[in-house]
This record gives sequence, C-alpha cells and structure tokens, in this order.
Amino acid sequence: MAEEMTGAQSLIRSLENAGVDVMFGIPGGAILPAYDPIYDSKIRHILVRHEQGAGHAATGYAQATGRVGTCIATSGPGATNLVTPIADAQMDSVPMVAITGQVPSSAIGTDAFQEADIRGITMPITKHNYLVTRAVDIPRAIAEAYHIAASGRPGTVLVDVAKDALQEKVNYEWPKNIDLPGYRDHSQPVPQSIRDAAALIAQSVRPVLYVGGGVIKANAHKELRALAELVGAPVVTTLMARGAFPDSHQLHVGMPGMHGSVAAVTSLQKADLLITLGARFDDRVTGKLSTFAPGAKVIHADIDPAEIGKNRHADVPVIGDVRLTMAQLLPAVKAEFAKSQPDLTPWWKQVEGWRTTYPVGYDVPSDGSLSPQYVIERLGKISDPDTIYTAGVGQHQMWASQFINYEKPRTWLNSGGLGTMGYAVPAAMGAKVGAPDTTVWAIDGDGCFQMTNQELVTCAINNIPIKVALINNESLGMVRQWQTLFYNQRYSNTDLHSKRVPDFAKLADAMGCIGLRCERPEDVDKTIEAAMAITDQPVVVDFNVFRDAMVWPMVAAGTSNDDIMIARELAPDWDSQEL
Amino acid sequence: MKTHTLSVLVENQAGVLARVSSLFSRRGYNIEALSVGPTQNSEISRITISVNVEGHALDQVIQQLDKLVNVIDIIELPASTSHQVELILVRVAVANGASDQKKIDAVLEKHGAHVVESTATSLTIQQTAKPAEIEALISELTPFGIMELTQSGVVAMGRTITS
Repeated sequence: MAEEMTGAQSLIRSLENAGVDVMFGIPGGAILPAYDPIYDSKIRHILVRHEQGAGHAATGYAQATGRVGTCIATSGPGATNLVTPIADAQMDSVPMVAITGQVPSSAIGTDAFQEADIRGITMPITKHNYLVTRAVDIPRAIAEAYHIAASGRPGTVLVDVAKDALQEKVNYEWPKNIDLPGYRDHSQPVPQSIRDAAALIAQSVRPVLYVGGGVIKANAHKELRALAELVGAPVVTTLMARGAFPDSHQLHVGMPGMHGSVAAVTSLQKADLLITLGARFDDRVTGKLSTFAPGAKVIHADIDPAEIGKNRHADVPVIGDVRLTMAQLLPAVKAEFAKSQPDLTPWWKQVEGWRTTYPVGYDVPSDGSLSPQYVIERLGKISDPDTIYTAGVGQHQMWASQFINYEKPRTWLNSGGLGTMGYAVPAAMGAKVGAPDTTVWAIDGDGCFQMTNQELVTCAINNIPIKVALINNESLGMVRQWQTLFYNQRYSNTDLHSKRVPDFAKLADAMGCIGLRCERPEDVDKTIEAAMAITDQPVVVDFNVFRDAMVWPMVAAGTSNDDIMIARELAPDWDSQEL
Repeated sequence: MKTHTLSVLVENQAGVLARVSSLFSRRGYNIEALSVGPTQNSEISRITISVNVEGHALDQVIQQLDKLVNVIDIIELPASTSHQVELILVRVAVANGASDQKKIDAVLEKHGAHVVESTATSLTIQQTAKPAEIEALISELTPFGIMELTQSGVVAMGRTITS
C-alpha cells in the first residue's frame, strides 16, 4: 500500500527498511530536508564534529559488527570531507553507505553554492554510486546501495540526493526485489576448482595458509581453523586478517609483509604452495613482486574475479565466498589425504627454527625511558581477549599488530590499504557504538591523534566511552624511521614537539574526557588499570615514549622479502640455519 | 601489440561512459578508440572499445570492467569472427586541378569511397570500411594533402556464421 510522503521521509523510511540502526553525520543546507524526519526516526543519529569522523565511525561500526555502516553529510564540503573515509573503506572492502545531499537538480552544473560533483569525484573510490534527482527513485537507490555494499566483495556505495528530490511529494514504495543485470553473484565456487585445490594441497610438502581480510569479511574463522588444523600448515595473517586465526594457536607464525615476523615472511618465501584465502598480494606483503615466493604454486581463493592474477599468477583460482570455499575444501582435502597425506615434519622443523630464533621483539631504551612496544604489549596483556583495538597509521599501528595477541575476528580494526592517519579515534567511536558492551581501545600516535581527535567531544557528549592510548613519541614516527634509515637522519618536518604542545591530558579534559599521563615503565600497568576502571567517560592516556624506537623486522620498500632485516643493518643469520 | 576489440553492453544511464573511461584512466589502460551508441533495446547501450593490451593485461581489463555494476556483458570480438567497421570523413586538397582529380577518383573507386562535397580546391570524402582498409585509404590520400580528417572508433558485431 502506497503512502504519500516527502522524498526526505522516504529516504529515512528506506534507511529504516534497509536495517540501519545508527548513522553518523552532520546536517547542512542540501541535506536539511532529510534531517527533519531523522528527528522522529528510530535510527540513532550521532552528530559528529567533522564529516571525516562520520565516515571512519561508520567504517569502525561496520568492521566491528559486520553490518553495513552509514554516514550522512551535506553537499559540497560536507561530501568532499567524506572522500578520505570513502576511499579508505573501499580499499579495505568495508561495507559502507554514504548519503550526501546535493544542490537542487535545476542548479546542478551551475557551480551553485556548496555544489560539488561528488558522484564524479567518488567514481574511482566506490564500489558503485548514485545521483538521485527524483523522489520516486530514492527507495530503489537505497535498497540497491545496501545490497551492493554488503554482498560479494563488500565496499562503499555513495547515494547523492538532490535537494528537490527530498522536498518532492511521492508515494512511498519499498522495492520488493533488486534487479541489477550487471551485478553478478560469484559466491559459489566451481566444484572443479575445489578438487584442483585439494589435489595441490595433497601434493605440497611446504604449504602456507596466506590469510587475508576476506576471511573476516566472510565470517569464515571457524572454517579457517578447521582447514588449517586439517592441513597442518603454517598460517600467516595479514594486517587486515589479524584475529581471523588465534595468535596463540601453534600453527600461527605471525604477520607477513614489510613489518612481518621472520617466520611468516620467510615461510612464504620458501613455500611450495600458497593457500591464499581472501588476500590480494598487496605490495606491503609481497615486497618486490618478482622475487615473492619464487618456488610456490598458488591457490587463490577470492570472491572478486578481478583479484585473480592481478598481481600474482594463480595456478588454481577459486572464485567464491571464502567461507563456502573452505567448507567445501574440507571434505575434498580429507578425501585426498585418505589417499596420501604429505609429511610436513621437515617443513615445520625449518619454520620452527625461524620462529624460535627470530621472535618479534624489541630493545628496551637504555636511558630508562618508556618503550612504546612495552606499553602496547602491557595493554594487550591487561585487556581481556574480547577487547576491540583500533589504530592509526604508522609505527604504533605496526607495534599494535605485532605486540597484541588477537584471538578473535573483528577485534583489530585499522586502515590497511589506504593507510589513513587519523582513523583510530573515529573508528573506535563507531566500533563502541556497534559493540557498546565491549572495551574499545584506540591505539593512536600523536601525529594521527591531532588529525581527528575532535570526535572525542562527540564521544563525551553521546556517552561513547572509548579509551585512547596515545603513543606519544613527539614525531611522525614512521616517517622519521625512514629518515633515520634512508635519508641520513635528516629529520625534515617530522618533529611535532607534542610532548610540549599540546598538553594532551588537558586537551582530553577540555573535551569532556579523562586525561591521564604516563612517563615511566613502572607506572604503565597502574595507568592502564586506572583507565580501565573508568567506564562512563572517554579516557585518553598520554604515554610519553622513547622517540627513537623503530619497527622491526623490516623489508625496505621495493626490496625482496629475502632481504628482511631484523634490526638496523642486521639480517637474519641464514648460514647458521639449515635452509 | 595487437589491438583487441571489446563489445561492452551497459545500462543506458547517465554517467556510465564516465565510469568506463574513469576505470581505464585509473588502472592505466590505454584506450585506442571508443564508440558509444544505442542498441535495439532502449535500456541498453553498447560501448565498443579498442585496447592495445595482451594476455594477462587484457584479462584484467575485462575483469575490472565486469565489476562495474552498470556493465551487463563484455564480449571480445576477434577480427576473424566479427564485422568491424570504422567511419571517416576526410577533406583532400585538389591542388593540380584535373590531374589530381583523376588520380583521387581512381583511389576512391578502388576503395569504394564516395565524395560528399566537391569544390574547386577540395574534395570531402566519406568511407565506411574495416580498420585496415580505412588505413590504406588514408595513406593513399595523404600525398594529395589531407586538410582535415575525422574518424570514428570501431563499431563491431559478431558474425552469425563463423567458419
């Protein structure tokens, strides 16, 4: 039964019908009609302080819950402020819908006040996008947007709605079915590809499970564990996959890539088979591509056919939902193993050698100052395993990945692909909204924090008690590390002076949060415990840490994974190992 | 490198051409020629794209195009199993009067091209033909002095009968 309403009411009704329970946004001229029905809607709208915060919050919400995140902004600058989080979410395959107001359709193309062609701007950074100029098209655009964002390889969809479409009267009708002739479902793997993959696995004596973020997106951690235990192979989890497989599991050998563990990086290099699950052979994982895993055949399981062979040739492509793929691989591999099962003992002897000889570790500063790795390690030990961590981008992000044990999926949220500084605080806000009963720690750097910390005001006012561990090394630490290693210690524009200005504890206080400070190793545990005890307000802990700490191991950009360094000018002693 | 012709069926919606060209520019694929037009179905348009890529890269172009929600189907049309036609309009100088005119007429007759406008100093010629024949025609007309040339991209259709 059709009901007459405005386009704005139809937009909000459509969002309700799409299952939206929360959205993050800021009103403005062109989107204003939509904010009137929001006033009456059951959807919780959280008024952020900057649209970028809305976008990352929607991303954090989506990453933590697995549901589609929603952000909303006005035309022009409101919309362009969403560009970074849209690109960020799309790069990390996060399901997100961004709603933007647009100037009235008659004004489009006239350079009207607050006009920006956000559909054109976001074409290369969205999975799909819409410009809606008629009220009658709103419900279908919203229904399709949520379907596209959530299905297949998840991604970002933008729906730009002209102001006159919001004001127009229309008979509301939610579409009964979605008809997208060019949008194909690739979730079911081809049986032959499963058989071929199982056959390769049964022949491999040096297999590695190369696990990417797709496993978390597909909610496939149980199937992953079953498959890993069946095959008995070493498991590596990429930056986007941390938590997909328990870090404490005997088969887990660490994170691969530029700052991966020696065991993870080297087992990929020496493998005869990569069982690639929802991963995309990113340059930060492969290092110099032509030298990556030179002796390995590749099984590449991914729901996106365009990922197959994009960077690395796949001997056996398996196009499909990675959860269905692994569920079907289990019996197929069992059947192969019943005929013959390879002995992985010699392989494990090697891998175990790398793992025990080169564990990921760090040096404690000799001057008694606080080691950033120690702070993060203690945070992980003191917090319970359900805790959700978000991170910004840089050294603190790598340490947070290296020194916290992730045991469960959706407990580690970060900006992996785009590398967006400033992600941590707003993403933590979104995660906390999605998982209000879970402790959420944003592990942030002093550079990142100063990009988006205004959302702490949003958190304070809306009762979103996140915790921030500020790893304050008063510099753009990762850039400084590269300057140390590759630019003769010429520290051009990386000194932030942030132990002097701002006073982060006072800043936190001014934003309605509790501000704490910690400068000595002996105070770390009690400061973390003090922060844990505060549950009704956001907390910011300013950890003043040793500024010259570096992230190791490291594969320098553009070099081969074979040239991994475990410390400055220190490569693993390969000769003493039987390789 | 060999030129490949892709016939891309798309939803006839605003912005579709921008999506396709933006994809090519973003991924660094070079478009040699492109033509867009209606099909027998008013809701569907056809974009014919000539690209100069091979093997693995061609496969990537097709897979990435296929990810666009508005792209319904992509067919690669090899020259051997399809009709491929280009259109040109070319204005040639007639500098030496009757003697040039005669030579040009001979070229046009050989290629089956025809004149759409004739003045004392120039001839405007129209031709539709396979890309190779168009190329041959242009090279034979070049000595007379090409004053202006406009050329469409390839339009193509699979053959009904393939031997």
